[in-house]
Amino acid sequence: MKDRVQSNQSESFRRSSRRRFLKSSAVLAGVASACSDSQTVVDPNPGTLGVPASAYGQRSEFETSVRQITPSATPEAGASRTPLDDSFGVVTPSALHFERHHAGVPRIDPTQHRLLIHGMVERPLILTMEEIFRLPQVSRIHFIECSGNSGSEWSNPRPNAQGSHGMVGGSEWTGVPLSLLLSEVGVQNGARWIVGEGADACRMHRSIPMEKAIDDIILAYGQNGEAIRPEQGYPLRLVVPGWEGNTHIKWLRRLMVVDQAYMARDETSKYTDLMPDGTARQFTFTMEAKSVITFPAGGKRLDGPGIYQISGLAWSGRGLVESVEISTDGGRSWLEAQLQEPRHPIALTRFRLPWEWDGQEVTLQSRCIDETGYIQPSREQLIEVRGLNTRYHYNGIMIWKILADGSVENAYA
Amino acid sequence: MPTRKAAAGFAGCVCVMVAATLLLWGQLPGYGVGRPPTLEEIESWDVIVGPEGKELPPGEGAVMAGREVFSLRCAECHGSEGQGADKGDALVGGEGTLTGTRPLKTVGSYWPYATTIWDYVNRAMPFDRPGTLTHDQVYAVVAFLLYLNGIIGEEEVMNAANLPLVTMPNRNGFVPDPRPDLGEMDRAP
Repeated sequence: MKDRVQSNQSESFRRSSRRRFLKSSAVLAGVASACSDSQTVVDPNPGTLGVPASAYGQRSEFETSVRQITPSATPEAGASRTPLDDSFGVVTPSALHFERHHAGVPRIDPTQHRLLIHGMVERPLILTMEEIFRLPQVSRIHFIECSGNSGSEWSNPRPNAQGSHGMVGGSEWTGVPLSLLLSEVGVQNGARWIVGEGADACRMHRSIPMEKAIDDIILAYGQNGEAIRPEQGYPLRLVVPGWEGNTHIKWLRRLMVVDQAYMARDETSKYTDLMPDGTARQFTFTMEAKSVITFPAGGKRLDGPGIYQISGLAWSGRGLVESVEISTDGGRSWLEAQLQEPRHPIALTRFRLPWEWDGQEVTLQSRCIDETGYIQPSREQLIEVRGLNTRYHYNGIMIWKILADGSVENAYA
Repeated sequence: MPTRKAAAGFAGCVCVMVAATLLLWGQLPGYGVGRPPTLEEIESWDVIVGPEGKELPPGEGAVMAGREVFSLRCAECHGSEGQGADKGDALVGGEGTLTGTRPLKTVGSYWPYATTIWDYVNRAMPFDRPGTLTHDQVYAVVAFLLYLNGIIGEEEVMNAANLPLVTMPNRNGFVPDPRPDLGEMDRAP
């Protein structure tokens, strides 16, 4: 009863202080019309108990942000995109993390799952998940980006950030360093590559050079504090920091140590960049520096002139985002955005910049500069060098156009 | 007295730390986790075939046998002659298109290794029932695809010995990643 009284008192205090705040705001603004939606808010359900505790939480029923599923004649070999334009901060909720599958999401019982490590090793091993859990673990925050992300922007620009840039996500990944397992099995002389293979129906596999394998790859079983979601590779996946998403083999069931690249379908016929001269670039692993403004972005509408907070995400497969610059005058001048700290290497980095819109048509664009000094190129620069025949590894500057009515669209559309 | 107690405590701590370190070292590099796989287990994971084809299993398949398998298991998605359809990529044609404005990347015009076709058909096809073709059927389908693309003759039979010797038309079409190819220019002041 005492609690109840205190609660009522504090509720009444909150209401009165809100009234005071609104009143003073109105005085400061000096415009009565500005208060049209500033009437006193009354609790619509006084005395109504909420729901009890729940075993596994759900988001509010009022939240509607979802992944956008790409239409496909073969939906099991399909994709969904992260709603970047609704995101805060630098972590992508696991349930909203983009997907790219080649034969659907397998249903894997972790007690039945095995990882086989063999090939050019001294001591081939087969491991259960329980055994993998006993090995020393690390947690790191990294982005994963499909190398087809923004592929539409070469020639078929999408109307919003989810469509154009939604095949990237940022997570905390927990697992075992691959280098530890490789020293456990003993890599033989002459071994130059590893082949990772998934337990999806198509047993998707990729070749990865040994230098990367012993550098920073993680065999991950944790994502954002819980077990990896099935669509992200449950119970075990590779996280290959900074490299194209397709190399981060999900549902990992085999590592084979070999002397050369194994020329998998997904490193020859797919994920290679066809150049104007007819040659194709192969093993273009690193996802280069990139950024996108997620507000104001395509599909949003500004509610009249005034102050807004430009916000967006930047990342680089080569390390830290050093700075992000924003231009509101078609690239003639650039303003440095604030970066959310702490920044993590090879991770989504949130940038923000307050900006006043004067109500005129204007373009907004951002460019990422990473710790190597690499500057995100323009779309025109990319096309000049690489032509229009590849669908992969696009990292051109994204330009949003704000129309006089406040609506926002892809400037290239 | 408190000083002596602290000193004793400190010495105790050091002893524990040294013991713990030795214990850790004793476990390195072997954590003793997992066990060696049996040969049967390794075989049950099936093969991953590299460009030299040394993992190719015994078996063989003729072009004509491949036409039959293809019509039953592949044509629904890829078209009866591999021309492509709603669900499946074109597998035939495209020669000479890679420098044009509408490049057609097929097994014939783009794929650099015949061994990759075998590996991919074996592991991932047919799309709705991957891994259900016999090794002989996989050889046959690969033979049929090579024939459709004019790479081998109609009477040929493919096997582990001759498949890696097939030279694909675009075998030398791939170059290593030269990036960063742009993006490192000095910023305007």
